[in-house]
Amino acid sequence: MSSAPARVVPPTRPTPRQPRRHPLLHPVAKPVLFVLCLLPLAWYAYGVVTFQLGANPAEAVIRGLGDWTLRLLWVTLAITPLRQWTGQPALARFRRMVGVFTFFYATLHLVAYAFLDMSLDLPEIAKDIAKRPFILMGFAAWLMLVPLAATSFNRAIKALGAKRWQWLHKLVYAIAIVGLMHFIWMRAGKNNFAEPAVYGAILAVLLGWRVWKRLR
Amino acid sequence: LAGARSSVAGAMAMDKLTKYEDVTSYNNFYEFGTDKSDPAQNAHTLKTRPWTVAIEGECAKPGRYGIEDLLKLAPMEERIYRLRCVEGWSMVIPWEGYSLAELLKKAEPTSKAKYVEFTTLADKSQMPGVRSGVLDWPYIEGLRIDEAMHPLTLMAFGLYGEVLPNQNGAPLRLVVPWKYGFKSAKSIVKIRFTEQQPVSSWTKAAQQEYGFYSNVNPKVDHPRWSQATERRIGEDGFFAKKRATLMFNGYESQVGQLYAGMDLKKNF
Repeated sequence: MSSAPARVVPPTRPTPRQPRRHPLLHPVAKPVLFVLCLLPLAWYAYGVVTFQLGANPAEAVIRGLGDWTLRLLWVTLAITPLRQWTGQPALARFRRMVGVFTFFYATLHLVAYAFLDMSLDLPEIAKDIAKRPFILMGFAAWLMLVPLAATSFNRAIKALGAKRWQWLHKLVYAIAIVGLMHFIWMRAGKNNFAEPAVYGAILAVLLGWRVWKRLR
Repeated sequence: LAGARSSVAGAMAMDKLTKYEDVTSYNNFYEFGTDKSDPAQNAHTLKTRPWTVAIEGECAKPGRYGIEDLLKLAPMEERIYRLRCVEGWSMVIPWEGYSLAELLKKAEPTSKAKYVEFTTLADKSQMPGVRSGVLDWPYIEGLRIDEAMHPLTLMAFGLYGEVLPNQNGAPLRLVVPWKYGFKSAKSIVKIRFTEQQPVSSWTKAAQQEYGFYSNVNPKVDHPRWSQATERRIGEDGFFAKKRATLMFNGYESQVGQLYAGMDLKKNF
């Protein structure tokens, strides 16, 4: 009897697992977000050109840009809580871009109002800001966004020092509240509070969570 | 429903008409939702037949009129009116109808009839917006008796030669062209002569913002926006400048005397 030569089975070496890159850390994640943030603007531009914004396109554009300013601001404020609830620290790298886009849409909203509603009549605009509380609120929110946008790059953080920079950027909470008041006040005349109530409820969660963390 | 051109003074505005699509797709009719596009989307559930209008209050001949009788009550006229919304936009609309006075006279209002109150339909099953608490339903509007009897005050049954689309206030609505649009009650079910000034729904909702008269007046601003200019819907494209708002919406020579000696800032 001959024994068959023992076949040598090469031991399966545990192949070192390639660490899978988390999708949030993928190099295209930021460019994708950048394009997503531009989609609302693209839609309004397309809507104006193709007459798809209804009978009053100027109003649709001004209001739409305002809506997206609030939405992006709410997303900015949601990133930190979401990061902690979901255990996804990588989310933090998107916060600056969404924040800067908030300023971008706020500026477009202001420019659209000044241009389409006020025909760039600066003295009239100044009077309007002084006279109408809801315009004043919106303008104040935009003014407060300026220093945040202006210090949104790394050198500014270094120059200010992390502590002072963080302190300055706490202004975002005031901006959110003033921005929401601008929206509520705009709708108040027509008693139409359904949408502002949704924005208010979400903001209450986002800010309430921070207060709760502090007190705990 | 096409009527002959009206011979009432001021009834044929010379402005360019607003497109039919804009007139019928951009509406404030809160019973069908608060967005401008809601009424066109939701008002198909409104049943306009059968329809009766009750006439009551300080008059010798109260009664109930079916819509078929109302359509035949006086000859239909075409009238081209400017419509100025309190929100700061305007349209030019060719209406079909007759002076409200034709109907009111039939009821023989008494000397106690100082005002006329209009009540509009508020039926949850036909009007989804009535479930919301935006306003106190039903929608109430009112006019002083001389305003209601003015020949320009129109009971409208159609626009652009057609029966009124539901979203525009079918089957019959008021059009008071020198007042902000919300004074022109839609889908009316009751007309009441009163001695006391009626409280309109918008006055009830925000007394300091919407007065009983609500005459178009570029010199009296709304507390939250200027009334000096308006955006004419569909005019000159996206970058069109707003146009100046006219006193009494351009009907001053016809209706100015109704308010002689009144402080229009106080009686806004």
